[in-house]
Amino acid sequence: MKHLLSAADLDAATATEVLDTAAELAKVTGREVKKLPTLRGRTVVNLFYEDSTRTRISFEAAAKRLSADVITFSVKGSSVAKGESLKDTALTLQAMGADAVVVRHGAAGAPHRLAGWVDGSVINAGDGMHEHPTQALLDAYTMRARLGRLAGLKVAVVGDILHSRVARSNVLLLHTLGAHVTLVAPPTLLPVGVEAWPASTSYDLDAVLPDCDVVMMLRVQRERMIDSYFPSAREYARRYGLDAARFRRLPDHAIVMHPGPMNRGMEIAPEVADSPRSTVTEQVTNGVSVRMAVLYLLLGGRN
Amino acid sequence: MAYPEAAPVSEGKIILTAPELQRVIDRIAHQILEKTGGAADTVLLGIPTRGEPLARRIADRIRAFEQIDVPVGVLDVTLYRDDLRSQAPRALGPTQLPPGGIDGSRVILVDDVLFRGRTARAALDALRDLGRPAVVQLAVMVDRGHRQLPIRADYVGKNIPTALAEQVRVKLVETDGVDAVTIIRPDEPGGRR
Repeated sequence: MKHLLSAADLDAATATEVLDTAAELAKVTGREVKKLPTLRGRTVVNLFYEDSTRTRISFEAAAKRLSADVITFSVKGSSVAKGESLKDTALTLQAMGADAVVVRHGAAGAPHRLAGWVDGSVINAGDGMHEHPTQALLDAYTMRARLGRLAGLKVAVVGDILHSRVARSNVLLLHTLGAHVTLVAPPTLLPVGVEAWPASTSYDLDAVLPDCDVVMMLRVQRERMIDSYFPSAREYARRYGLDAARFRRLPDHAIVMHPGPMNRGMEIAPEVADSPRSTVTEQVTNGVSVRMAVLYLLLGGRN
Repeated sequence: MAYPEAAPVSEGKIILTAPELQRVIDRIAHQILEKTGGAADTVLLGIPTRGEPLARRIADRIRAFEQIDVPVGVLDVTLYRDDLRSQAPRALGPTQLPPGGIDGSRVILVDDVLFRGRTARAALDALRDLGRPAVVQLAVMVDRGHRQLPIRADYVGKNIPTALAEQVRVKLVETDGVDAVTIIRPDEPGGRR
């Protein structure tokens, strides 16, 4: 593996290797010296064209725990603000000797283009409405850690599927790993061509809830809601929000996930978000281990 | 101890047969008891893959000889290796310290083959991040020479003088279905030229 651009790049064996590696690396988090010398002397550049807190910090923590040097490049205050193209920025990073570039970009496909311009590994940390493969890996890791397996799991992904790179990457990866995904959303928030995805769809959250192992709530992306996809926030919360009443209808073993940041009271009720069956903070912790695993597998050996 | 029926050894020349290998493990167990004055405050840490079952067998023999329980753990050193970049990324093995930890104890690292000494060096680095043992010792099934670092073993099952191109394989029932130590010359099947 040279780059991680799409969850579809991972076959079942490789994805399982990432999860197993992450499980070993997670033990480092629990010990006194939370640092490994593995990537000493390697340089990881975080190139973030969009705002992000947890993904950027997570990659930074992961790289630092493996002793890589981290350069964080945010577009505000950089030459990009002066009009530098992605290619010229890439060539600059190349000249600085970046071994890996972690890129988040508003345009789908930007990481793929970047991979053609630099010698190092490129990791997609979210490109437009396209993909976010490390999020899918940390979600799969969390499900496996909580429920013991992935094959045969029934996973409902609820909310703004149309704009969600998290949903797309999750569908691809979970399908590869043998879980069954049901996408639940109002018709306006399902993408065109969703019937070709390896997942079922439903408009009715209440019908799906009693028969699932995992409910993944997606954030209502207010910044993307320029067009009216639903009549009002209240109506959305009524029909697609996970409130306490709906939460009770879940099987007892089922877990609730959210990639964050949450809109409490909108897609998820505060008492659901804070319940012991919610994995929101675990997902953040697991994110560091999974990203360590990805960095190790991309940079730890000879390419 | 009873082991499943041995599978045939397909390649190379046999240096130690299954009963001989068992005797060597018995001897190492006795030596540990002797050198450590009864294996007090001692922890065996096996280095995956084959160091782990070896460490368990040594602990089993110590228990059989003197009814002393020696804690056994596993120490994967992959993340501390200095030769990671020379090959494709290696899969990580498990690391599991005994519940009592290793601080203040005598840690005996257990591995199958001592060759260049790089694994032992990586293990010393890994130990430094996991705790502070009072003493660290090394037990190996085979010492084949060709050290690249100033490292020696405290307990050696068998010294086998080798040429660089030869391969020494320690096979164990737990990992390979058979107990044997074999040496493979480069011109033999399975050999590396």
